[in-house]
Amino acid sequence: MDSVWEYRGLLLQGTIVTVQLALASLALSVLLGLIGASAKLATNTTSRGVANAYTTLVRGVPDLVLMMLLFYGGQQIVNDLGSATGLWDYVEINQFIAGVWSIGFVFGAYMTETFRGAILAIPRGQIEAGISCGMAPLLIFRRITWPQMVRHALPSFTNNWLVLIKATALVSVIGLHDLVWNASTAGRSVREPFTFMFAVLIIYLILTACSDVGLRWLDRRYNVGVDRA
Amino acid sequence: MTHPSETVLALKVEDMHKRFGEVEVLKGVHLDAAVGDVISLLGASGSGKSTLLRCINLLETPDSGTVSVHGETIGMTTDKTGQPVPSDMSQVIRLRSRLGMVFQSFNLWQHMTVLENVTEALVQVLKMSKPDALDRARATLDKVGMFDRQDYYPAHISGGQQQRAAIARALAMEPEVMLFDEPTSALDPELVGEVLKVMRALADEGRTMIVVTHEIGFARDVSNKVIFLHEGAIESQGAPAQMFGNPESERFRQFLSNALH
Repeated sequence: MDSVWEYRGLLLQGTIVTVQLALASLALSVLLGLIGASAKLATNTTSRGVANAYTTLVRGVPDLVLMMLLFYGGQQIVNDLGSATGLWDYVEINQFIAGVWSIGFVFGAYMTETFRGAILAIPRGQIEAGISCGMAPLLIFRRITWPQMVRHALPSFTNNWLVLIKATALVSVIGLHDLVWNASTAGRSVREPFTFMFAVLIIYLILTACSDVGLRWLDRRYNVGVDRA
Repeated sequence: MTHPSETVLALKVEDMHKRFGEVEVLKGVHLDAAVGDVISLLGASGSGKSTLLRCINLLETPDSGTVSVHGETIGMTTDKTGQPVPSDMSQVIRLRSRLGMVFQSFNLWQHMTVLENVTEALVQVLKMSKPDALDRARATLDKVGMFDRQDYYPAHISGGQQQRAAIARALAMEPEVMLFDEPTSALDPELVGEVLKVMRALADEGRTMIVVTHEIGFARDVSNKVIFLHEGAIESQGAPAQMFGNPESERFRQFLSNALH
């Protein structure tokens, strides 16, 4: 364990990258999820089709495969575009950005389903009461739909978030210096891979335990006025 | 404009048509409500009475026909697929706040207390200050006998209490017309009375009300006008004494005998 302490700076740096990556990906996935859910609930058939294709694709393919496709494929597309137009030379996509894009894209699909179900769980009468009080659509979303949909979305959102934190470990394969990458590099160099992976395990548990506290608080806040079974 | 004459109607519905797919639910309905009128809409289920009410505040968009609130007609046009749509959504939103709606299933916002339910639209739609809205909301809740339940969430009070709170929510907006869509149909029998009592009090103070109901007693004793709808058209209408005392329409006679037995 002395070696882990010796490398604490490296592990801390990796942890910070992991947390930043997770939060940025979460923000992107929530945004994509809201867009996807509204597209799926829209009357427009094109928007429904695109959203269905998105969720079907993402849910049917391993996350790791999609991430590598997005990372290497995205890199190639950008560079092919550059040489075809002659506008730019070889560029290397920032690994952090690539990680956020790929994780956000994958979890956006799961969030789409989460939010779609949450919106459908709100009785139509709640919206109609707002309409007949003379509330405009945005006001209804902000004051009536959103607060009630968060409550319905939280259990599945919590699940998505925990899986998302763990999925950040996958980006170490594209070379991002996250917690896992730093720990395995350090572990190899001092020939104690097991010790370092054990430290990683503890750190991930601490991260998920911390988010559990935050989510419980959200759950209480958005469950006012509801009888729990 | 500042002196609305006797002839300006609180609500006027002209030649309203509505179909859902193949079914024509409303076949050209006219309705005039003068200020202070309490109109009961009766009819078997499927007769179009709830649809008529929902078309008045455009929860459903009528296929044709006009609605005027205190002389102001809601402008309608057609979109590119030929569907009827309001020509000015902001006018619809403004007029809706002058038509208070009470639903069969109360539809109180579940995440707000009774008091918050009443202040919500006062603050967000009528742009009242928070203290003014609280004052008005508490006064209105007092009127419907819900003052001491103002801090409860809807899930924690009875159906009758929820419906009285919902009436307060609509009433606090000081609407020109109150629309009631079967307000007692979802209630246990022993809770119907407390809601009818509140509605009776509103009628007594001269509120203009349009009430879709199965409560024959309310229609007979409280309203000054009864409209009987049959298959999307007005089959018969008149003052309650005339309608109930000497029903001209055979269908209305039948409806009454079914309702009372």
